[in-house]
Amino acid sequence: MKLLVAPPDRFALEAALALRAEGDEVLAVAVGDEPVESALRHALAMGVDRAARVWDEELAGVWAEEPDAASLDELALAALLAAVARSERADLILCRAQSPALDDDVTGIALAGLLDLPHAADVFAVECHDERLTLQRRLDGGRAELLRLALPALLTIRTGSNAPRQPDLRAVKRARARSISVLGLDELGLDTNALRASAGAHVVALQERPPGRSPRPIGDSAAEIAARIVELARERIVS
Amino acid sequence: MLGELRRGELRPVGLELIGAALALSAQGAGPVVLAAIDAEAEANAARAAVQGLIAERRPTLVLAAHQRSALDFAPALAARGGYGFARDVAAVSWEESGPRAQCGVYGEPRAELAFPGKDTVVLLLRASAFDPTSPSDAPLERVELQPATDARAERLEYRDRSPAARDAELGEADFVLAVGRGVGHEGAKGIARMQRLADRLGATLAVSGALVEAGLAPGARKVGVSGRRVAPSLYLALGISGAPAHLSGIARSHTIVAVNSDPDARIFELAHYGAVADAFAVVDELEQRLG
Repeated sequence: MKLLVAPPDRFALEAALALRAEGDEVLAVAVGDEPVESALRHALAMGVDRAARVWDEELAGVWAEEPDAASLDELALAALLAAVARSERADLILCRAQSPALDDDVTGIALAGLLDLPHAADVFAVECHDERLTLQRRLDGGRAELLRLALPALLTIRTGSNAPRQPDLRAVKRARARSISVLGLDELGLDTNALRASAGAHVVALQERPPGRSPRPIGDSAAEIAARIVELARERIVS
Repeated sequence: MLGELRRGELRPVGLELIGAALALSAQGAGPVVLAAIDAEAEANAARAAVQGLIAERRPTLVLAAHQRSALDFAPALAARGGYGFARDVAAVSWEESGPRAQCGVYGEPRAELAFPGKDTVVLLLRASAFDPTSPSDAPLERVELQPATDARAERLEYRDRSPAARDAELGEADFVLAVGRGVGHEGAKGIARMQRLADRLGATLAVSGALVEAGLAPGARKVGVSGRRVAPSLYLALGISGAPAHLSGIARSHTIVAVNSDPDARIFELAHYGAVADAFAVVDELEQRLG
């Protein structure tokens, strides 16, 4: 089985490595210029077999770490990753469900759509037996669902649902020496026009962050602050 | 427009979707169809069912709620169909050139989006951003979607609430005590201590994404857009800097009190009351006061 983890989120990586069996290969992929290599080297140190990044000079004008400036959105990112998944013939793709900045898994689910793969989102437990995945995932309202998926498939892995292995110093050093391949748009059979067309939306205007409100101060010393907090707790409006 | 049924009844956010759809229809977007689907329909099956309706009716807009159930398949639907897509949409308007949506970037609605070249646009609307309208108040065509099971994705059973029970607690809590890196670095012992403090204050304990990422607390305790959105009357944030996802999860709190040693912490942009202080010291004092 070939597993693809994109982007190299630690929880998705851990899920992939835990699923990896004899003969399986785990590949970590990120989109970006050199700076993304540190996350990829961490993935190598954790134990993935290969790491690659997608980058092309043509992307420099339309790609940014933060969605603010980018004219390419999550659907366009999914199109890039779909090209990688196809060329690698991945059997199982693992993406993240949440991240510190962006709190949803649009990219992963869009990727499942593009590849026409059955998918499960916000997965917190998964096992693989006989080419089928048995997994648990969250539903709205707190219940969990037990689902069986046929391969090939895509999962988005819930942040915090496992304990990502910590590589030791030797593994980190070895990872530093590994090579990370760079895949350009040509190799993936894409161009920026195709990417723009695959985007779900175009940003017409972006407002500056509105000036934040200034909170009313509630004390200088820890004692004052604590006293005020207790007052507020007692006063609070119970709806 | 995709209204979700829970046990046969339209979920409250569905009324907001109806309101939004009718407003857009009045602006020239066309007639409204309410497609009702079980809120717990399996995602792959749901996608196919909605895809079938879109192919049949060719709507210009598909509205659904920005919640886990729609998020589960809407991006796949949009990507595969080549439709337009936006989520966390706080405002929509129908212009001559097509729909325009205002959506959240790191929480606040800041980006204005257009969808050139897209005949169908899928929009996930932010809950509580649109005025609800009762379906009986307006002439609406209603279609019941019956998703057929996708052979590749078999639902075996539902699992009970247990660790997830906390999820529900957070969403309904009236007083939330949230702790972040500023007080969480004692590890499991520190979290246990915070739980005791929460109990004494009569609050429900929540954690920031940073603590979940560090493996110090389970995801069920996390506040954020899909961790949990909360709307308590009092939200007390100790040692939380205010990562964007966290902020968007707490924005509907009635009163936010924040303590953080960093005067530039973003939580202060949202807080009604604040103090620049060492959150740990405040915790000590609170413990002394409350016994």
